[in-house]
Amino acid sequence: MKRRKFDAAALPAKSARAVDDRFQVATPLRKLLNKVFPDHWSFLLGEIALFSFIVLLLTGVFLTFFFEPAMTEVIYNGSYAPLRGTPMSAAYASSLDISFDVRGGLIMRQMHHWSALLFMAAIVVHMLRVFFTGAFRKPRETNWIIGSLLFWVGFLAGFTGYSLPDDGLSGTGLRIASAIILSIPVIGSWVSSSIFGGEFPGTIIISRFFIAHVLLVPGLLVALISVHLGLVFKQKHTQWPGPGRTNENVVGERMFPRYALKQGGFFMVVFGVIALMGGLFQINPIWLFGPYEAWVVSAASQPDWYVMFLDGSTRLMPGWEIHIPIGNGYVIPPLFWPTVVLPGILVGLSTMYPFLEARRLKDYKHHNLLQRPRDVPARTAVGAMALAFYIVLTLSGANDVIADKFHISLNAMTWGGRIGLLILPPIAYYITYRMCLGLQQHDREVLAHGVETGIIKRLPDGRFVEVHQPLTSAEGHDGHPPALDYVGWVVPKKMNRLGALGPAIRGFFYPIEKPAEAPVSPGHPPVEARPEREEIGSGESRR
Amino acid sequence: MSTHTEHQAQQGPEPLDVNDPRLSRFDIVQEGARRDDIEIVHYEPQVVPGSKAERRLTRTVALMFLLTGVFATAFLVVYIWWPWQWEPGTGGDKLYTPLLGVTLGLALLGIGFGILTWGKKLLPKEVSIQDRHDQADDPEGRKITGETMLYLADEMGVRRRPLLGISLLAGLAPVGAVAAAPLIGGLIEQPHKNNQMFTTGFQPAEGGKKIRLIREDGRPIRPADVSVGGQLTVFPGIDGGVSNLHADSPTLLIHLREDDAQKSRAANERKGHGDYMWGNYVAFSKICTHAGCPASLYEQQTNRLLCPCHQSQFLITDNAKPIFGPANRPLPQLPIEVDEEGFFVAKSDYTETIGPDFWERP
Repeated sequence: MKRRKFDAAALPAKSARAVDDRFQVATPLRKLLNKVFPDHWSFLLGEIALFSFIVLLLTGVFLTFFFEPAMTEVIYNGSYAPLRGTPMSAAYASSLDISFDVRGGLIMRQMHHWSALLFMAAIVVHMLRVFFTGAFRKPRETNWIIGSLLFWVGFLAGFTGYSLPDDGLSGTGLRIASAIILSIPVIGSWVSSSIFGGEFPGTIIISRFFIAHVLLVPGLLVALISVHLGLVFKQKHTQWPGPGRTNENVVGERMFPRYALKQGGFFMVVFGVIALMGGLFQINPIWLFGPYEAWVVSAASQPDWYVMFLDGSTRLMPGWEIHIPIGNGYVIPPLFWPTVVLPGILVGLSTMYPFLEARRLKDYKHHNLLQRPRDVPARTAVGAMALAFYIVLTLSGANDVIADKFHISLNAMTWGGRIGLLILPPIAYYITYRMCLGLQQHDREVLAHGVETGIIKRLPDGRFVEVHQPLTSAEGHDGHPPALDYVGWVVPKKMNRLGALGPAIRGFFYPIEKPAEAPVSPGHPPVEARPEREEIGSGESRR
Repeated sequence: MSTHTEHQAQQGPEPLDVNDPRLSRFDIVQEGARRDDIEIVHYEPQVVPGSKAERRLTRTVALMFLLTGVFATAFLVVYIWWPWQWEPGTGGDKLYTPLLGVTLGLALLGIGFGILTWGKKLLPKEVSIQDRHDQADDPEGRKITGETMLYLADEMGVRRRPLLGISLLAGLAPVGAVAAAPLIGGLIEQPHKNNQMFTTGFQPAEGGKKIRLIREDGRPIRPADVSVGGQLTVFPGIDGGVSNLHADSPTLLIHLREDDAQKSRAANERKGHGDYMWGNYVAFSKICTHAGCPASLYEQQTNRLLCPCHQSQFLITDNAKPIFGPANRPLPQLPIEVDEEGFFVAKSDYTETIGPDFWERP
């Protein structure tokens, strides 16, 4: 019988045809491969959060194989000798086992914790980028709201996860959480006893936190992240202003291959950094804290960094209780304001901000071009104000450690925080506003007069003047070069930005190539506008 | 697709015939991009094929990938053969996790930087421009969809047959409640069962038998066990007294110096707690009235008790009144005495509510 000849080279084309016959994917796939993404280093901050989340899922699944979410009392009998014979909860014992009796368990635990910290940090920095560049404006308000929610859901994921080992430190955190819930007027004690299944700590909270931490909260995170990315994809990424870039186009690279390769490589780098951190830097050494006992705590008990601002607000709050003299009397404890009301206000303000700004500026247009922070002094100053507020609170969350290490009175630290919280944000607002105006003015100055060359010329009449290099060779009506318009992007301010020095010669020991010619434009490859379109101007669509 | 070709027809040149054999592959790619409203306006190889620079970059990328292999193998070797079980002291097992981290990290960084170099340095640079199409759909499209939805409502005929809508709502509302009921009903707990928020382990037993103060190891305490100026954490001498079952019961027993004891006694009398001390001994709840952490840092010289969580400070010689920080109410005092066998007992339970404040705390 004659064997059918097998043609390996034709196989891809053949199978592709077979797939397309059935699913009609050729055209949608082409669109995906071709999708254009604008590029800038600051657009990668959100990716760090995404990649950390993937590492969180991977390491987290590993940990569930060994963790036992139960508060049953057991006597520890594992490898870690100092705690042998200690009564503790099964949750704590299994966390110790992950650290000492599961091969490679400790690095997984530490990678999980580090990627959680990195996840939250990347979210915050990404949020700052989006805020300060105005990327949240119409049509992207929904994504801004989802992003702010992601911070709080991530916060919840972090807190529930961090409480699971049931060690001395996390138990104290749970104790504070129950006190926060108790402080809610009217329903506080009911909510607390419902969550803890009775009086604190009860025997069920770890199992409840476990299912929240491994199913409910991650499910919510996955859903929100999917919508977040889907909207970025649908609405297309914002871009910085620049030659050929308008509010109606996207200038960048097609997704495949270069952009996708860079993303994949960056994921591996983030993963690698987390692995290095998980291996080299100890995090949350629960075996040093001992099991949770309601009567044991040590100084310098700090939560994870993203919780510290709430710890700080709690520390700074004066002990003002509101007493309502009806019947036996009712109380609103001081704990209620910094831990329930403050986060509520923060959620409200941050989610509403895009609408507040649009309303104030009466600006309801689509905005796809980013703004440099200096060009919007009011917003930048508000952001600086918020940042100052947040930093004072976060530092106050560690004020006992600062007082101890720098030999400052603890009470002085608290008072410093209280006063700083009120006066530093307005100061930050004022200084930032002035800085923005100064930077704007300098941009205009360079555009009008050129770059300072550092060359001093003596005029025939004896005066000294500095020679300026104009940014254009055009001649204005009075013989001087005309003042250029500002288009919302970096103005070159140093001679080597104009190619005066030429780029450095590449190569470590010997030049690997002939020195390239000096670039003509500052940092951008020359971009010609599409020939068939006429309305392209670099900055007109910004207003 | 038809909308796009129409779009092209209005604006740009005729679409290319992709079956034209004279076209290069890049021409077809460019044509595909054009059909997606993308113009590749700048496309420039970064390295000349066959040049020294290209060979050098290729070697660099290959080296990174090979290093990944080396480090990944090293990871496996360490994982399998390095001593990993915890031993006392500073043995090699303490290096197990760091070595895993370094080998895994470098393996991943190798592949990461390899891919990045490949993408950033070896692939051609390009600038493409794509139309955003982010303006609202045309008014006609909106109108058609709007009318379609209104027609849907007409078809349902809710307006003509209001009974259907009302009865559907009336039927579905309880179904929503059914979904919520097991969740709320299963979770909800009465917080004041057995008066638990106002009592502790020191509540005298049924026969009125007073509860002893015991140490963490369960032994009862004689006055001589606490030296002057010293303090001891004590627990109710009941079943589970030294455990998280009675998380609100841990108490700090302090033996005051003579002059401090006088101050403390005077303060007690002012508050009507004249008989709460026994000799120079006082006992205060260790559970902070602010957020429930153990207020456990006792400064002997100033008689202040500091809670390490939020730095509330309580003055022991003045009924443990809060003198700094966020706490708003004094630590409750446990009335104590010594029984006929010479051990400390609680005269009664605490007379104030223990722990963090809540709405219905009197």
